[in-house]
Amino acid sequence: MSAPHGPAGRRRYEFMATLAPTGTLKDLKTAVGGGGTRPPASGSGDGGHGDGNGNGPDYSGRLRRTRLGLVIGLASVTMIFVALTSALIVRRGLPTFDERTGTYVRDWLTMSLPVGMLLLNTLLLLVSSITVELARRQIARRTVLAPVESIPGVTLGQERRVPWLGITVILGLGFLTGQWLAWQELAARGFYLATSPSSSFFYLLTATHAVHLTGGLLVMLYAVTIALLRKPLPVQRIVIDITAWYWHFMALLWIYIFGLLWFMR
Amino acid sequence: MGLALLAVIWLITLVSTYFFVAKTWWLPHGASAAAGWIDGQFALTYVVMGIIFLAAQLALGYLVWKYREQPSSGPVRYSHGNTTLEIVWTTLTAILFIGLNLMGSHVWASERFSPAQAGAVPVEVTGMQFAWYFRYPGADGKFGATNPKLMDPSAGNEAAIGLDTTDPASKDDVVTGTMYLPVGREVDLHLRAVDVIHSFFVPSMRFKQDAVPGLDIHMHFTPIEVGDYEIACAELCGLGHYKMHGMLKVVGQDEFDKWLATREAEKQ
Amino acid sequence: MVAQDPHGHDAHAAPQGFIRKYVFSLDHKVIGLQYYFLALTAVFVGMFLSLLMRIHMIWPQAVLPLVGEIKPETYLQILTMHGTIMVFFVLTTAPQGGFGNYFLPIQIGAPDMAFPVLNMLSFWTTFVAFVVLLAAFFVTGGAPLHGWTGYAPLSALQSAGPGEQLGADLWITSIAIFCIASLMGALNFITTTLDLRARGMTLMRMPLTVWAWLITAILGLLAFGVLLSAGILLLLDRNLGTSFYVPLVVVNGQIMGHKGGSPLLWQHLFWFFGHPEVYIAILPGMGVASQLLSTFSRKPIFGYRAMVYAIMGIGVLGFMVWGHHMFMSGMSPYSAFAFSVMTMAIGVPSAIKTFNWLGTMFHARIRFQTPMLFAIGFVSLFVSGGLSGPFLAQPVLDIPLHDTAFVVAHFHLIMGVAAIFGIFGATYYWFPKMFGRMMSEGLGRIHFFFTLIGTYCVFMPMHYLGMAGQPRRYSQFTELAYLHHLIPLNTFITYAAFVTIAAQFIFLFNLFWSMFKGEKASDNPWEATTLEWTTATPPPHDNFGGHTPVVYHGPYEYSVPGAAKDFVMQTDPAGVTAH
Repeated sequence: MSAPHGPAGRRRYEFMATLAPTGTLKDLKTAVGGGGTRPPASGSGDGGHGDGNGNGPDYSGRLRRTRLGLVIGLASVTMIFVALTSALIVRRGLPTFDERTGTYVRDWLTMSLPVGMLLLNTLLLLVSSITVELARRQIARRTVLAPVESIPGVTLGQERRVPWLGITVILGLGFLTGQWLAWQELAARGFYLATSPSSSFFYLLTATHAVHLTGGLLVMLYAVTIALLRKPLPVQRIVIDITAWYWHFMALLWIYIFGLLWFMR
Repeated sequence: MGLALLAVIWLITLVSTYFFVAKTWWLPHGASAAAGWIDGQFALTYVVMGIIFLAAQLALGYLVWKYREQPSSGPVRYSHGNTTLEIVWTTLTAILFIGLNLMGSHVWASERFSPAQAGAVPVEVTGMQFAWYFRYPGADGKFGATNPKLMDPSAGNEAAIGLDTTDPASKDDVVTGTMYLPVGREVDLHLRAVDVIHSFFVPSMRFKQDAVPGLDIHMHFTPIEVGDYEIACAELCGLGHYKMHGMLKVVGQDEFDKWLATREAEKQ
Repeated sequence: MVAQDPHGHDAHAAPQGFIRKYVFSLDHKVIGLQYYFLALTAVFVGMFLSLLMRIHMIWPQAVLPLVGEIKPETYLQILTMHGTIMVFFVLTTAPQGGFGNYFLPIQIGAPDMAFPVLNMLSFWTTFVAFVVLLAAFFVTGGAPLHGWTGYAPLSALQSAGPGEQLGADLWITSIAIFCIASLMGALNFITTTLDLRARGMTLMRMPLTVWAWLITAILGLLAFGVLLSAGILLLLDRNLGTSFYVPLVVVNGQIMGHKGGSPLLWQHLFWFFGHPEVYIAILPGMGVASQLLSTFSRKPIFGYRAMVYAIMGIGVLGFMVWGHHMFMSGMSPYSAFAFSVMTMAIGVPSAIKTFNWLGTMFHARIRFQTPMLFAIGFVSLFVSGGLSGPFLAQPVLDIPLHDTAFVVAHFHLIMGVAAIFGIFGATYYWFPKMFGRMMSEGLGRIHFFFTLIGTYCVFMPMHYLGMAGQPRRYSQFTELAYLHHLIPLNTFITYAAFVTIAAQFIFLFNLFWSMFKGEKASDNPWEATTLEWTTATPPPHDNFGGHTPVVYHGPYEYSVPGAAKDFVMQTDPAGVTAH
């Protein structure tokens, strides 16, 4: 017994229609209803767009959504470091059977860490966290005030803007350089990747962090690019906003890693 | 179609159940002290799961046939569920499953929580690609040192496990490719592996334990019947995994002593 | 409080060019189909590999056309790739990446996923991972032979076996790339479900398919990072001399340069991922089964709330049971006991779901179109596969059963058959919506019966083999005397596999033939209630043709007393008892 279905009277190859999209999401002009929790964000400045009154993409919705996506994505990054942390703790405490002596021995060599260099790098990263936060607030203000600025004859103060984002990029590059120098120093003290599990974890954790930080830097460069290309301010704002939050997470993560490597050296 | 489904589901269920009940292919005869307990827990789980299997599959087949859409079908009983029923069957399932587990836990505890008793026969089992070697400590009761640098698998036995002959305790160590055990006595196993993970599996003894490089794992079991029992490797260890096997011979205490003495003598 | 959406969307100009439309499409529907066809390719590769395995087990000396003679190491290489391809590129790809991508946004009333560019990237990253994996077959030494579980030190030592050089590195790299792709996808699914639901689509009105995709995505989000880390450590051990997993070992008389590492560390990390992974493989199928059983029984799913809690319970508990793969590993027996109790606990929500599926059919009016046949088959197979779980969950019973064919029976019945039935059911069900035509009912039935009976003939006997002590991953059974009497049963399984694999070509033919020649489908051929059936067939680019749906009911309002028809669509404002 089959369910009733009538002729559809369609084009011949209508399945191809699914493969022939007629537009892209970013062309959408209105908000899609949000989740059953609260209306679109009206937090620290929304663009005033997407309030259902008509034109303009829903930037505040996109900002909220992108921030949500970032938080979720950071959960997975966290799990990577949770896994590495538990591997470190297990490996550090684990003895293996030495056949010659017939006993269990541990092979975790205590490292002498280049603390000075690492502290300097930490400072750089913390300062960069401040500068990126300033960049974030700067773009948020500009985005909110943009409609005001478009009124003929009205100008706001601060024609000269401090390039907080650019400063952050430089500080970030400084951090990465400093980490490289710290590696050199550790190697000079005789600790290479395979010397001891302690040094293996040092290089691994710092490298994994550096890779993620570099990703953040690349997104910042993307933000600089779209600024030069004069993409809409709210779009720039979304990119810089999540980069900033991501950067703060990287800074906190670094403090955690430094602490872990120090106490477990 | 409803009838066809019922027939197929019931047929599959009943045929499978027949072979489970008839034990056409079954666990090998158990020859260790723990086998009775393990087989008992197995049987209990078997019966319980079997009843659930039959009930669920037969019910599925029945429901699918009974409630097939027909012109004469009664109205559908619109319902979003029954919370009381949910609570009841959730609780019962939880009690059943966890209860079943707890019932078997004392067997696990006795097998694994405590070490071998005093007077157990010490035997060191070493797994390597693709053979098992068994070492007996001899009269001094001590296993001599081994040294990875001395390992030479092609030479077999003592050389394969890298026995360090400069260690006085090694002098009376006997290494063989066949495992002999005296019946009725617990064996204190020292499980080791030289290269990759292997697993020492003696089906008739209801014994299995992975042999892990870097670890010296102590386990015990007690063979209670004389006979020859095959040993299989039960952890993928490379291309020879399927043929990495050994033989356990359980013999009377006298015969065991004689065998060991002969082996000791050959060494001199 | 839910945001208003009073406005429609403008019509958009179509992206021009083959590349923008079909290759790098940002449309979740196209991407869903891309995932589906990737999985379809993968499953036939994986099935071919299993055919070679079954042939070798019975006729180890056979010389096959094209393939030649299969040596023991080749058997293990085939086995490794079979497992890896099936688990990652079929079971983690088709249900979630395929159907989830296509139907999650539509079922919640959204025009697309939250991050379409990320969606496109996640598909192509998956594709690259697949290519890298297949490349392992063609490099010197061939594919790795260490099993899909890749236990160290076997997987960590280049000299431990053929295929363990470049092949193993490619295998790890492929998996690492796959992890990244999955994390991207998970992020998208979760954000979309939380943020893009249409007005009226509260969490407790979401179809169970959406709940399944959501929880599956959360599992993936938290699990794949751990696998990625484990894989990086393995690559370092293999190539840069570190000793995370490898203690001092001697391979064939040669001392390797490692010391102090722990093989168990790999197992812990791998299974911390690996256990959630198997729930990732089955949960979407459970969601589809619920959807199909309700629709074709013309009755609401029994105990919707309980089903949601059960999915959540399975998700949470899924992270606490990984040690049950390690009872024999040398892990502490006390930990084993703890893991064992948690494992029995996870059987409870699975049982609840089964009771509810049966309850859905109680006093229903069941229609037997092909999707329903596969849903019914799913329930039967899930029961069969699930009930061997409580054996393995008890450490003391795991002693005789670990690493035997009993385990192979258990996970194949659930992952290798039930989950596949979920994919089949979803295909027959959603095919009309995706392609505007119906698949052949006649061929569908033949496919169903051959596959149901065939897979039972293949996998049910493996329980007996396992109890009799047949170990896993043995390329042949000629060396141990106690296995000889099991060869006839193994032969029966091989013949059953021939028939079952052949039957899948009926499906393949039906799939492609129906795309062009199938009977034209209406917008709602199954008279179902969820949002995808409210829109045109196939759905327009923004899914709802310019208007945004508003939801008034839960997803399973069938046979509502007093309603005009025996189903009330979610978007139908006509009153029903408020739900």
